[in-house]
Amino acid sequence: MSQRSNERVRTMQNDRLIIAGREFKSRLWVGTGKYKDFVETKKAIDAAGADVVTVAVRRVNITDRSKENLLDYLDPKKYTILPNTAGCYTVEDALRYARLARAAGVSDLVKLEVIGDERTLFPDTAGLIEAAKILVKEGFIVLPYTNDDPVVAKKLVDIGCPAVMPLAAPIGSGLGIRNPYNLKIILEMVKVPVIVDAGVGTASDAALAMEYGADAVLMNTAIAGARDPIAMAEAMKYAVAAGRLAYKAGRIPRKLYATASSPIEGML
Amino acid sequence: MQIQVNGEGRTASAGVTIADLLRELDIRPDRVAVEVNTEILDRQEFDRRGLREGDRVEIISFIGGGRKN
Repeated sequence: MSQRSNERVRTMQNDRLIIAGREFKSRLWVGTGKYKDFVETKKAIDAAGADVVTVAVRRVNITDRSKENLLDYLDPKKYTILPNTAGCYTVEDALRYARLARAAGVSDLVKLEVIGDERTLFPDTAGLIEAAKILVKEGFIVLPYTNDDPVVAKKLVDIGCPAVMPLAAPIGSGLGIRNPYNLKIILEMVKVPVIVDAGVGTASDAALAMEYGADAVLMNTAIAGARDPIAMAEAMKYAVAAGRLAYKAGRIPRKLYATASSPIEGML
Repeated sequence: MQIQVNGEGRTASAGVTIADLLRELDIRPDRVAVEVNTEILDRQEFDRRGLREGDRVEIISFIGGGRKN
């Protein structure tokens, strides 16, 4: 490798994602839902190079007791398990699920979801702020799943969330970033890490989020629902890395007219 | 006595502890959270907390999920 590319690799290695004092190796975070089985889940997560995985909090199935547990495949020592409060539509439920998640003894991180609508799965931002306030006071590390409203994002940071997770588009919709302008405003206004979460469809969506300056991207359906999830996971790994590198490299401006690349001098 | 576990009725011997119940169900105590009558228990209480008639127990763990199913 040339000296310049050595330096570039070192810079990228120093480009660490740090949230609430914890360092994460990968800027691609993945959900664990909707896979064929645990084997496929683990293969996809590893193909993605992800070290943060979200999990849902649910009753243990006591009538159908297969010996397998998700954490048998995803060692909490190797992966950061990020419990979420998926399926919670009230503050009370979100608090209950978050507290149960912490009581399981694996993490005090929580991806806080307080859902406001069944069809869009958009967050109930008022409930989200209320629940976040309470959980922050109880010592949780609250990563809120929010919408693309910069005012809400700022509020969440002000009440103590060490990062915010604005949606790109409805969960599972595959629409990519619906409101790049709001996302860019959030990235300018908010001084904590921003993790774009929900709605990513394919690799270019993830690359774009990173090019705007997002600190990480979280996705589930984009990988698990792809025709070949393992291949898509790998694509996403490159996309997030490429987008981040492009962002740090500093792109050229957009111009209406051409600027020739070759000099006129020396023309015949 | 009759108790509820994860929403289902269940017969249990009087004075059975959470730890006993988890053993009976073949559930590892180190990756679950347990609620009794909506009170979340500390792990250290599992072998101290005896169950009573009508208690509602919830045994919670993590599953694959990035979205509501």
